Amino acid sequence: MTLEPTPSQTVGPFFHDALLAADWTRLMDPDHPSAVHISGTVCDGEGEPVPDAMLEIWQADPEGRFARSGDEFSGFGRCGTDAEGRFEFVTVKPGPVLGPDGGSQAPHIAVSVFARGLLKRLVTRIYFPEEEAANADDPVLASVEDPDLRDTLVARARDGGYVFDVHLQGQRQTVFFDV
Amino acid sequence: MSEERTMRQNDGIIGYQRDHESQPPYLYPAYKSTRLRAPDRPLVILPHTLSEVTGPAFGHGKVGPLDNDLTRQHDGEPLGERIIVSGRVLDGDGRPVRNSLIEVWQANAAGRYTHHADRHPAPLDPNFSGAGRCLTDGDGRYRFVTVKPGAYPWKNHDNAWRPAHIHFSLFGPAFAARLVTQMYFPGDPLFDQDPIFQSVNDSKARERMISRFDLETTEPEWALAYNFDIVLRGRESTPMENHR
Ligand SMILES: [Fe+3]
Repeated sequence: MTLEPTPSQTVGPFFHDALLAADWTRLMDPDHPSAVHISGTVCDGEGEPVPDAMLEIWQADPEGRFARSGDEFSGFGRCGTDAEGRFEFVTVKPGPVLGPDGGSQAPHIAVSVFARGLLKRLVTRIYFPEEEAANADDPVLASVEDPDLRDTLVARARDGGYVFDVHLQGQRQTVFFDV
Repeated sequence: MSEERTMRQNDGIIGYQRDHESQPPYLYPAYKSTRLRAPDRPLVILPHTLSEVTGPAFGHGKVGPLDNDLTRQHDGEPLGERIIVSGRVLDGDGRPVRNSLIEVWQANAAGRYTHHADRHPAPLDPNFSGAGRCLTDGDGRYRFVTVKPGAYPWKNHDNAWRPAHIHFSLFGPAFAARLVTQMYFPGDPLFDQDPIFQSVNDSKARERMISRFDLETTEPEWALAYNFDIVLRGRESTPMENHR
């Protein structure tokens, strides 16, 4: 039996009370020695901040293992953008995970972006700037040929944490993936 | 196709089916907010790796027993037409999606959200917040009790109104299967002028967002019922081996 999928629709502007009632921005206690802060801004095609977006992240733990139900580290986070289009997660840096051909992928975080005006989510990935060798070998990064575009997938180190800005459109547009 | 080749190279990991026909585009100019938010560079095809075929699992601890009854979250009952919304979550092969988190949100019977940014001058209902959630059961079934949401105006174009709808958020079994959609009601006169509904080009796909009046589930003297089955993407072929 083959069933056709239900179409996607925008999350709209009014999702906050339902989707953000619980705080899912902290995957790790901020006081934990391995906690890292990842923050950024979501901007539209005119560079204006997007105040009604929501990001979700999904990642492996530092050993490169994805959580199962009941695990202490859930690997999942969700954060709405504020009036300045900003979001912030506190998490841990993931380890390398299995990639195509039995190789490994550089440490990365899978990201979904939802917003009013997005009829379906956008998917991107956050990679880490200090992982130069692993990033150079990463099959997904390698599939983005233009180095400037590839750079949109790599966070910047700042103040002991990371900054990852999301540009929805325009010259500086973040690379988004067809999943 | 090179896309298929890429997925087969993925060492035993079976990806999820890609479905572009059923889905709206990013840029749909009649829905004005897409104009500055739709990406203008083509998407990069991502082979499905462990990151895409795994996904968060939400245990029963995250969902309270009354979270699926939006009419019992306050001291009194909300105004409006009490309804039961139920259905199954299935994958593309017709298999139930079990123990999976569903979140819903909606306007009240007058077409007003509790949200601070909703400026529609319709009354708020002190007995209705309009947010609920539940887990699907072992057959992929879910059930919400709520009130029928009202249509509401928005600023997209002159005299623009959204058809009555309930927002649904579904996780399914994997990151690749994540879906946010809206459930509509049969026979709504506002479908033809709503660019969000019309952004789905295929008329059969649009119909899959419209719930069905469900006499069997109706509770006499108490509530009408609507059935809404949701289909998430299916797997490419056989299930993956365990790579953890
Ligand atoms: Fe809505």
